[in-house]
Amino acid sequence: MKIEYYLYLAIALFCIGVVGVLTRRNAIIIFMCIELMLNAANLLLVALSKMYHAAGVAQNPMAGIDGQLFVFFIMVVAAAEVSVGLAIIVMLYRNTHSVDINFLNRLKH
Amino acid sequence: MNAIVLSAIWGVVMMFSGLFTSNKNIVRAVAIFGMALLFTVNLLDIYNVHLFKVNVHEMLVFENFGLLFNAVAFGATLVYFLLSGRDFEKVGNHFAEYFALIFFISCGISLVTSYNTLLMLFLGIEIISIPLYILTGSDKRNLKSNEASLKYLLMGAFSTGLMLMGIALIYGAKGSFFLHAISLGNEAINPLMGAGMLLLLFSMSFKVSAAPFHFWTPDVYDGAPTVFTSYMATVVKGAGFIAFIRLFQTGFGSMHPHWQLAVAIITASTLLFGNITAVFQQSVKRMLAYSSIAQAGFMLLAIVSLSQKGNEGLFFYTAAYSLATIGIFAVLLKMKDYTFEGFNGLAKRQPVLAATTTIFLLSLAGIPGTAGFMGKLYMLSAAVENGKVMWLVILAVLCAVISVYYYFRVIQAMYLRESQDATEIEVSPVFKGLLIATAVGIILLGLFPQWLIDTLYFFTI
Repeated sequence: MKIEYYLYLAIALFCIGVVGVLTRRNAIIIFMCIELMLNAANLLLVALSKMYHAAGVAQNPMAGIDGQLFVFFIMVVAAAEVSVGLAIIVMLYRNTHSVDINFLNRLKH
Repeated sequence: MNAIVLSAIWGVVMMFSGLFTSNKNIVRAVAIFGMALLFTVNLLDIYNVHLFKVNVHEMLVFENFGLLFNAVAFGATLVYFLLSGRDFEKVGNHFAEYFALIFFISCGISLVTSYNTLLMLFLGIEIISIPLYILTGSDKRNLKSNEASLKYLLMGAFSTGLMLMGIALIYGAKGSFFLHAISLGNEAINPLMGAGMLLLLFSMSFKVSAAPFHFWTPDVYDGAPTVFTSYMATVVKGAGFIAFIRLFQTGFGSMHPHWQLAVAIITASTLLFGNITAVFQQSVKRMLAYSSIAQAGFMLLAIVSLSQKGNEGLFFYTAAYSLATIGIFAVLLKMKDYTFEGFNGLAKRQPVLAATTTIFLLSLAGIPGTAGFMGKLYMLSAAVENGKVMWLVILAVLCAVISVYYYFRVIQAMYLRESQDATEIEVSPVFKGLLIATAVGIILLGLFPQWLIDTLYFFTI
């Protein structure tokens, strides 16, 4: 398949994620949308890595490998972020019994 | 490399020290010793003594500028531990873990001062951010702290998403994550490259709280426990700027004419928003949050002008700003009332605290004779030499004048108002001595600015 298709798919996923973060009010759904953004980047990196590999494999058998390496790091960091993030959401739920971010306006006053 | 390895090890040591002893003085002593050790091994690195031999495949390059910035960051953290280390106890029960998290952040800082690929930039920024989400929410029973932590997490993760998409697009344009590969062949701008660079610009602006991406800053700084706000607003912000300038100098330096205007507009709006909103604040803590946005505007001038002088200025500015803000927060932590009225009549009750706070505030406002003035001077002269952004220089000077108003409100409250509240503020003589030492340091840096810059040159040549 042409690389453009992957690019369009990744950009579409990314935009869905951004719109979700900006419009949804539930902390967990916002978090899922952020994961969608990260995965859009993952998809694009893997597709590009395959493209560079196909183009450069004749000279260098390891061509394009760094894109796939990057994806592993993103997965690890995303997992760390989720574990901290869900802990924060649980802590908030214990205190307010809600995960709706509309309740979060105490700091404005 | 010394600092990266040692800070990670010492973070683990701190966690174990919390397990084996409940004596808070021992834990604090271990933390202060660790930070002093980190400062020393980082200096050893500058003198080419490498304790750990690790092959990093050029993913990290240890230049003297980054290592010296590490020295400033660790030095400021050491001052912060000495001045505010006792106040960690008031936040919660996990005293040793807070120190451990700060050591992990130090590890992230030494990554962002030496990265050579976008992978290391991403890891460094995340190693700084994730412990900060925890520190912001460490006051678990306090709803404000919970809220600040969630807001910071969502905004931080969102900006990470932007950064990753930017990195992926740049990889699409260049086929490499290395900064020197990215800087090649940018005469005609490629749409993928342009979009990627813009996304990275947005996400870095989020991290250093530049307008219009600053909206999380006041809430997070206000909601976080005050001890940790002090650290977030100084050392971490400085590290964000080093990451920013490394990326835009080494990676995107060849495209400077294309992005200079965009960064100049971000700088101008940061200066305006920060300074004008700070005028209307009732709480000193929130005023300092807006003032940190305003100071970020000045630091952005280094990125707009992108010159050797700008780098020196950023280095100097970070040192001056961090010392002064850490000092003010240390005094603020002793106050019971964070509003401007809370400072009324402080000069009568605690003359030493009032005098040192005055010096810190004068330095932030940029009055001649203090380090803050020299920092602003370096930044402005770097921008003037660039020659293309004179309107920005004029705006920055006007904003510095506005900033005098809200800094002097605190001084006025301390010296000219009478206090109704008779409760005594208890401070130890050691704390007073440290405050005086910090204030003297600020004045010495202001009178002999060349010393720090010469140190920079001495090492780089």
